[in-house]
Amino acid sequence: MARPTLKEHVINREWCKGCGICVYFCPRDVLELDGDDKVVAVRPKDCICCMMCEQRCPDLAIEVITERKEDG
Amino acid sequence: MAVKDYIRERFFPHMWCAGCGHGTVLNGMLQAIEALGLSKNEIVMVSGIGCSSRISGYVDFHTLHTIHGRALAFATGVKMSLPKLNVIVPMGDGDALSIGGNHFIHAARRNLDMTALVMNNRIYGMTGGQFSPLSGLGVIATTAPYSNIDHDFDVVEMATAAGATFVARTTSYHVRQIKEIIKKAILHKGFSVVEILSQCPTYFGRKNKLGSAVDMMAAMKENTTPIGSKAKKENPDLIERGIFVQKDLPVYNEEYDKIIKRAQAAGK
Repeated sequence: MARPTLKEHVINREWCKGCGICVYFCPRDVLELDGDDKVVAVRPKDCICCMMCEQRCPDLAIEVITERKEDG
Repeated sequence: MAVKDYIRERFFPHMWCAGCGHGTVLNGMLQAIEALGLSKNEIVMVSGIGCSSRISGYVDFHTLHTIHGRALAFATGVKMSLPKLNVIVPMGDGDALSIGGNHFIHAARRNLDMTALVMNNRIYGMTGGQFSPLSGLGVIATTAPYSNIDHDFDVVEMATAAGATFVARTTSYHVRQIKEIIKKAILHKGFSVVEILSQCPTYFGRKNKLGSAVDMMAAMKENTTPIGSKAKKENPDLIERGIFVQKDLPVYNEEYDKIIKRAQAAGK
């Protein structure tokens, strides 16, 4: 079975308003707000691609790009 | 198509405040429409006035941004003239239940085939934080600085009593449920009402000392429960989420077509 694995988080810094919803509700603590109050993926290796940040973002400012890799 | 293909990117970033729940409603609704594979040309979004109603400007469907409380009346005209279109009517709590209260109950009673979204943040955000018919007893608002003495409507009970044939509720925290419920609401033949509890950190949250948008969303998780859950029996104060009503009844536009045929036959 192929399962989705993380390629990258695409963050639109123009649209992000720094509300912190994605940061707080991330189950793996992958995201943080930087000094400009914009979201950054600081621990991308911990991402489980649950997509909740992308789906909850009120500003449509974050996309989780995945790719499918064969297991084993 | 991706979610981004359904929006008018030139108007982004949108005008809603940081952490406004209405953006998450937009996000969830777009996911539902994408999952249904609807074309932009088969959807008409009709909205009234308020923060919520600005949603129609951001989506790349046929859109009508109309007058306060009367979105359902305009939507009725659209549906009657082109019944094959999917009509979605996003409204705020004040827009839907106060200014548009009569339009709301009678659209439900007629069983017009359309989807009404009530984006309920319990406040008039755009005009500066006045209390709405959904604010509830004890709430602080700009127009209720010593707390509100009005009781609130229960949108689900009201829509059910008025005859809506699909009635559901969810919150901006539960975005996957927003997607699933809006999918079903759009597919439902008849008047669908979806109440989505949404946070207004700028007015409702600040006035009532509820913390940030994140705190308000965490509270939605804590204060709601699926319909008929064990938790609800133990704590009756919890607000139920899910689909309360789903039934088939004749829809207004089809009944009207039958009347036209009957009148034409009688005239011959």
